[in-house]
Amino acid sequence: MSAFGAPGERSESGQLARYAVSPARRRKDRLARGGILACTVIALIPLALIVYYLLRKGLGAWSTSFFTTDPTGNTFFGGSSIGGIKSAILGTVEIVALASAIAVPTGVGVAVWLVEYGRISWFAQTVRFFVDVLTGVPSIVFGLFVYIVLVVGTGSSYAGYKGSIALALLMLPVVIRSAEVILLLVPAALRESALALGAPRWRVIFNIVLPTALPGMVTGVLLAVARAAGETAPLLFTAAYTQKTNFNLGGFMNSLPVQIYKDVTSPTTAVVNRAWGAALALVTMILLLNLIARLIARRSRLA
Amino acid sequence: MTPDGPTSEVTDVDPESRSELDRQRQDSSEPSPELAPPRITSSAIASTPAGSRADTEAKPGLSVKLEQLRAFYGDAEQVKGIDLEFRANEVTAIIGPSGCGKSTMVRCINRMHEEIPGARAEGRVLLDELDVYDPSVDVVAVRRAVGMVFQKPNPFPTMSIFDNVAAGPRLSSRRGGDLRAMVEAALRSAGLWDEVAERLDEPGAGLSGGQQQRLCIARSLAVDPEVILMDEPCSALDPIATLKIEELIDQLKTRVTIVIVTHNMQQAARVADRTAFMLGGELVEVGPTQEIFTKPNDSRTEEYVTGKFG
Amino acid sequence: MDAAAIPGGERSVLERSPLARLPDRALKYGLTALAALILALIVYFFIRLVGQARPAFAKEGVASFAFGNDWNISAERFGALPLLVGTLITSVLALLIGVPVAVAAAVYATELCPLRLRTPLTLLVELLAAVPSVVYGLWGIFFLAPKLQGAEQWVADRLSLIPFIGGGLVTIPNYFITGLVLAIMILPIVSAISREVMSTVPVDHKEAALALGATRWEMIRLAVLPYCRSGIVGGAMLGLGRAIGETIAVTILIGDAPRLGHHLFAQGYSLAAAIANEFGEAQGVHRSALFAAGLVLFVLTLLVNAVARLLVSRAARANSSGAPVGSQAAGGMTALADTAAGA
Repeated sequence: MSAFGAPGERSESGQLARYAVSPARRRKDRLARGGILACTVIALIPLALIVYYLLRKGLGAWSTSFFTTDPTGNTFFGGSSIGGIKSAILGTVEIVALASAIAVPTGVGVAVWLVEYGRISWFAQTVRFFVDVLTGVPSIVFGLFVYIVLVVGTGSSYAGYKGSIALALLMLPVVIRSAEVILLLVPAALRESALALGAPRWRVIFNIVLPTALPGMVTGVLLAVARAAGETAPLLFTAAYTQKTNFNLGGFMNSLPVQIYKDVTSPTTAVVNRAWGAALALVTMILLLNLIARLIARRSRLA
Repeated sequence: MTPDGPTSEVTDVDPESRSELDRQRQDSSEPSPELAPPRITSSAIASTPAGSRADTEAKPGLSVKLEQLRAFYGDAEQVKGIDLEFRANEVTAIIGPSGCGKSTMVRCINRMHEEIPGARAEGRVLLDELDVYDPSVDVVAVRRAVGMVFQKPNPFPTMSIFDNVAAGPRLSSRRGGDLRAMVEAALRSAGLWDEVAERLDEPGAGLSGGQQQRLCIARSLAVDPEVILMDEPCSALDPIATLKIEELIDQLKTRVTIVIVTHNMQQAARVADRTAFMLGGELVEVGPTQEIFTKPNDSRTEEYVTGKFG
Repeated sequence: MDAAAIPGGERSVLERSPLARLPDRALKYGLTALAALILALIVYFFIRLVGQARPAFAKEGVASFAFGNDWNISAERFGALPLLVGTLITSVLALLIGVPVAVAAAVYATELCPLRLRTPLTLLVELLAAVPSVVYGLWGIFFLAPKLQGAEQWVADRLSLIPFIGGGLVTIPNYFITGLVLAIMILPIVSAISREVMSTVPVDHKEAALALGATRWEMIRLAVLPYCRSGIVGGAMLGLGRAIGETIAVTILIGDAPRLGHHLFAQGYSLAAAIANEFGEAQGVHRSALFAAGLVLFVLTLLVNAVARLLVSRAARANSSGAPVGSQAAGGMTALADTAAGA
């Protein structure tokens, strides 16, 4: 029994008994802490369930032929005649690669401008505001944008590169913001000492600032790529869907998310299993990108 | 309850007889006024409004005794085996150079030291014969009995003046009229009532630095502690605010035991009955303030108080 | 660079030649043009979207489009109310379920968690954001929905007297399961922002609460939660924006019924789901109506996100006590949350 006792109880030091914590308070404290812990555990359960289910249903679909054959529409016969996900994987790689090639230089360029030139001018604030706006736009709206301008506008049909543009739009705000944060972390003293040596501004940026910021920016880029790789909606009305492997970004292209989406509603179990296999492949890809991004971030001298 | 004692300023009190006084005060439940005159300066009397006498009633405080107190941050020993007594209803100052462990030691008294990850303490801290580090003791209760005022005034920023002071009592479910009375009493004791009575609903953070610190003192007083620890309470304040707080300390010691960490030796000389000098985690010397500053026993103490280092 | 003295020349000793200054100016104007281009692009897209949506508004009238309760393709009637309601119901559900759990997890991670567990715990919650929405849809429809159907029916039967919640037949795609999966999807971002704000609470205030004799929970209630209020609300709103705009998972899980679902466990529809489902084969006014739905989505998420960012940046700036990194912390907070949680 605590020497502080319960309120009113006689203890060794009568004076101190009145400070005792009432059982009601102690109960409330325990309850609250228990509830918080319970909620934390609840937050972790879905991840465990998703990983478990992905592995259970997805691994079963994996095989060499799974990765080396294209999906077929021949769902009527089930089994191996439904093919694999080769075109989906290749398609995702192609589309996302092009999207990154568009988004990364553009995004880094805008970030450099914001930090080195625009700074706090009203114009820079406007740009920042619009970038903020872009972050909140639902991904399907990006698909609509590109559709309006590039499909309706030009009268031409779906193409892989149009999907890349939609994804690039999606990646752009993420790249800009993370690059800006990292660039701001580069110490002003570093820039100033380079300038004081007589180096022109562009040299300071390319030879000093960007290399220092590089690991942090790579992290941000990889996370943006990971996100783009998983997006379905922007591709639905831009790159559309096909089952054949296609190296021509000017035509219809398959992609992992779209392939999965198409397969989800299929009545054939084998096709659904293929979707699980594809989902596992996609999640593995994304998790790998996330992991690499975090490893690089840890080695960064800045953040 | 002891009525307000004589107003004559008691200057030189023989150290021997003082401990006798303390012992007698603790033994009897109703200490007689002749044996235990509270040391009240005339200025304190002048600044205490007549109507609030009842709120500044003296009551016997508790003594705090440290026995072989050691404090660690991980493996580093910051406080190295201290034996020290803080006498009841007295102000004891802890002085010493930066990093000597004074704040760490004081934070062990209300067990705030262990809040830092990796920090721990060994030894005993006796609050009137009760070891606060005893496993059966609830740390929450200890912190109620031992209040703390911090270096930088830190009223809760989202709360009004009233809510700040009421925060403590509300934890023990005080409500309504009872609560209002406690808040008013605490604010009066902290000498802040007259300045804020009209604006209790305003945010606590809107006050001046000195007022904020007095608000924090009122907040600590509202839970009616036995001891108040002050960790350099005036270091962030201007001289006038500092003076007000020092006067307050003088009034408060009739109700609580006060331990004040200070790097300002003049302050120690002004407010403290006894002063302890720490160096490198160890207690070098402790004694009546006058002695420490005029005829210290240890040469290190002398070097410090004469400004040779620190 | 001929910065060296040119005796008797037109230029002063320290001036650079125009040629040498060229890269600098090229870079500056090039990047400025780039930034302006981005701006122009966004405005252009918005204008074109409005243009494509106009026929639908012309036919129905804006109010009738937004609030008309009849989305009938064959009859060419496009009242989008069922879509709007579906979007709102699922998003609000996601908030109701997801925010308390996310905030609790954030409190645990910052205040109660043993130090060594903090990083792994944070990592695990953030990994939820790495799962793409199509996988959430897949998992939801094949694993979660069947598993919960029994429980949902039990609730519907028990609470049959409560309107909207009880009394109906539980279908596999329904509002509730959609809201539940959406809650899981917004967990990482709400938790990340809450965690960021909570970690900026000054130790001073927490110690003041503890020194008053507060229990751990009381300290959280006194010093942490009030301090973080606007930041947490901002984070919740960012989660709301995410939930409103989510397309694929919702399309899979909400069903195909372009009418107002009668109860929580019925099928319904949403703005994004309509676009995803119908766009491929839509013609003429129908297509224009879908663009209009996209426009509504765009404006909705815009508003929600604008308010959210205002709240979060205000919380960050106010709480960083004027440190020069303050506004960077504000931008950094949301930027980190964006990249990590896929806003």
